Amino acid sequence: MNWTAVATIYKAEMARFWRTFLQSFISPVLSTSLYFVVFGSAIGSRIQEVDGIGYGAFIVPGLIMLSVITQSISNASFGIYFPKFIGNIYEILSAPINFLEVVAGFVGAAATKSLFIGVVILCTASLFVDLDIQHPIAMVAFLVLTCLSFSLMGFIIGIWAGNFEQLQLVPLLVVTPLVFLGGSFYSISMLPPVWQTITLFNPVVYLVSGFRWAFFGQADVPVLLSLCAIGGFTLACVAVIWWIFKTGWRIRA
Amino acid sequence: MAPILSIRELRKVYDGGFEALKGVSLDIEEGEILALLGPNGAGKTTLISTICGITTATSGRVSVGGFDNVAEFRAARALIGLVPQEITLEPFAKVHDTVSFSRGLFGKSADPARIEDILRKLSLWEKRDAKIMELSGGMKRRVLIAKALAHDPRILFLDEPTAGVDVELRRDMWEIVDELKAGGVTIILTTHYIEEAEAIADRVGVITGGELLLVEAKEQLMARMGQKQLEVQLTAPVGAIPDALAQHELQLVNGGGALLYTYDTRAERTGITTLLNDVAQAGLVLADVQTRESSLEDIFVGLVSGDGASADDVQGDAA
Repeated sequence: MNWTAVATIYKAEMARFWRTFLQSFISPVLSTSLYFVVFGSAIGSRIQEVDGIGYGAFIVPGLIMLSVITQSISNASFGIYFPKFIGNIYEILSAPINFLEVVAGFVGAAATKSLFIGVVILCTASLFVDLDIQHPIAMVAFLVLTCLSFSLMGFIIGIWAGNFEQLQLVPLLVVTPLVFLGGSFYSISMLPPVWQTITLFNPVVYLVSGFRWAFFGQADVPVLLSLCAIGGFTLACVAVIWWIFKTGWRIRA
Repeated sequence: MAPILSIRELRKVYDGGFEALKGVSLDIEEGEILALLGPNGAGKTTLISTICGITTATSGRVSVGGFDNVAEFRAARALIGLVPQEITLEPFAKVHDTVSFSRGLFGKSADPARIEDILRKLSLWEKRDAKIMELSGGMKRRVLIAKALAHDPRILFLDEPTAGVDVELRRDMWEIVDELKAGGVTIILTTHYIEEAEAIADRVGVITGGELLLVEAKEQLMARMGQKQLEVQLTAPVGAIPDALAQHELQLVNGGGALLYTYDTRAERTGITTLLNDVAQAGLVLADVQTRESSLEDIFVGLVSGDGASADDVQGDAA
């Protein structure tokens, strides 16, 4: 492994994060606070407890997942798309580094950024609601795996995208609906039976469910299944990226 | 001594079916400057990109410093620095940071003294904290060179380094290339400016339509392919070439004030002595004589337009 190269890419990507720190940091803090003002204070008090948990606290895991997933995809896709767009991808392609090192640098940085944002949201949320995390290690594991897997997915989107519009296409048309319909703000047991079955085809359900279990000890689907789902998703993304670098799809003519 | 870069039967067919390289073979010795001369779309950039790993070859083999550029890509690429044709720099990055980034990407540990040395040589040190977008076009080209040199490559590819730059900067670039050569760096530059190849190259390769027509030492090429012209200026203009001089196939120029004789420098006899004798016998009085060598440009135009020697005739040194 060319660890110096990995660290170089990682640091350069993190430098971009710090350059846009206000945007990177303030934006999720502000939007999370707004969610809590609306759902926690304004209408949250009129919503019944879900599975014995106050609604304000119930939405915290889903809210973190929503931000972490969208941030991971956007950070990683932009990270690799930008050099493609301005043309300095030539440097990456002609350097003595393999695909694992490229991915480790770009995806590692993207995942770090979204992990940071996830933690910021968690801290912000704890200002509004009392949070008692029952399985902290599992919580961290789910958070890290989610950051990692969706950053991998973002990396694939960044390589696939041919323009800025396409860069936004998958996050807007696929990921956001999946996250909103994946039980981020409700328990799937609240859905009619048919929709409960349909929902199980949504991979985000397994993430949110597992993550919520780490907080409250309650899950819509078995925790092990959640872990397998996210592990499988991560491996699938790695396989796709391996294939991309092997064939040069959309990066190497 | 084994060549530092060895290319064998390199072919590149793009997905659309366009064959950009049609079996190019070429050896490049360590420390030399090779200019690849060719019109737009000749395959120059594809050749460089394929050697550097930016595009994949359809077939053929490239060996860099004895390392295969696919199987041993790490060792091969570590020897190469690439200055691309287009200015492709992140606009918000600072000069020093982007050059250090390039060094790190090649797995070399940070070396601020080395980076400072490179930036100073390229007159970029004063601009080290400037953002790329604040620099002039010429400065950006220098940054591209600095990035390519940041990991101390043994071979430097310059893809059209002076395309669209002013004369002053072009001269600066040539000086930089000279300095690099003095430091032992092998340089391969592509250009469609013949003047550039003539000014700085040790050897010249002519590429067109994905084929390497020839590779030869610059002087040898000019001597071999070049024709010379002798202009015989007369004290008094003549209305026509005297019959006695018909065998010399002269041209009447300067309104009859001069005779132009074209001869081959490679020929056993140039025919100059006979010509001058015949001119004197025809009763013409010489005012002056001067000779002109054909430039690389004349040779190049002759080659790519098919007037010169065919690829088969002249490829001797290329393989």
